[in-house]
Amino acid sequence: MTPSIFRRALMVLLAAAAVASLAACQREAQPEWRLNDVSGHLPDLDFKLTDDNAKPVTGADYKGKVAVMYFGYTHCPDVCPLTLTQLHVILDRLGPAADNVRILFVSVDPARDTPAVMHAYVNAFDKRAVGLVGSQAAVEALAKRYRSAFTREPDRGDGNYEVSHSSAIYFFDANGKARLLATPSASQDDIVHDLHLLTSLETRS
Amino acid sequence: MMVRSLALALILSAGGAAHAADKPAVEAKNGWVRVLPGNLPAGGYLTFENRSDRALSIVGADSPQYGNAMIHRSSTDGGMGRMEMVDSVPLPAKGTLAFAPGGYHVMLMQPKQAVKPGEKITVTFTLSDGEKVPATLLARPANASGPTD
Repeated sequence: MTPSIFRRALMVLLAAAAVASLAACQREAQPEWRLNDVSGHLPDLDFKLTDDNAKPVTGADYKGKVAVMYFGYTHCPDVCPLTLTQLHVILDRLGPAADNVRILFVSVDPARDTPAVMHAYVNAFDKRAVGLVGSQAAVEALAKRYRSAFTREPDRGDGNYEVSHSSAIYFFDANGKARLLATPSASQDDIVHDLHLLTSLETRS
Repeated sequence: MMVRSLALALILSAGGAAHAADKPAVEAKNGWVRVLPGNLPAGGYLTFENRSDRALSIVGADSPQYGNAMIHRSSTDGGMGRMEMVDSVPLPAKGTLAFAPGGYHVMLMQPKQAVKPGEKITVTFTLSDGEKVPATLLARPANASGPTD
């Protein structure tokens, strides 16, 4: 190795070490989120709904897991499956850390989405997904709590109808604190990155 | 039924004579359907290639395996996910048009029999000039991202 190559190699190593220590330092202080940081701006995960096994659940039941909440409905053939598929791909990319994540798919169509329909639906996408249903009032209250909205569109005449709904994805840490907000067009790399950070945060006991 | 077979006969006699040796002006490819559990509606996706120098549009869809097929467009403008029925989707001259997740799709409703991943779905699209475009769409699992893995 000539001296100049040796010097260059040493500089690269030093630079890498500096970046690594900087990253470690930032990670302990303030995570470098790539998604929108909503810490302190949205309320904690809290609801009383029924899961897809027809069991009553509250937000506290998901303590210890990072919760990824998304509003949708099963008669939505395009955007909801696209988002749930993206979340499935993201969790697969996340590896073992994905065991500490739950996708909470909240139905905005209480008239048609029963726990059984939701069970078949969410499991077709990912085994870490939970379908949540509730009364119209309970779901409206939850949507309002997170400044989300949904509207049942007029019947098409054959008893079928669409439900327009906010497409945001909400991320809560393992303590149930709202941390991040993403749109379905957010890059998968950014979501994987932030979920790695979110699942590595310590859970407050 | 009668009308449809008459229309088919007309298309076969008129179109068949002129284009028998040629490739059709519009071809559908890379078709797939995202199969959802139960009787839930499914979204179908594909690419249309218009080889002709005439601008056309897709104005209808029909599948023998589903009770009803409609062309829809999804959008997430302003953070709201919504879906609307569309009467016509432009297919530019010498151009392509993609039906893809999050945008245009054919919504297939009321499956006549349970559709399983791996099966082939036949959808016939109608063009603005009355021509039909046959398409074969591969049934894929709910969490598929495209026609192949």
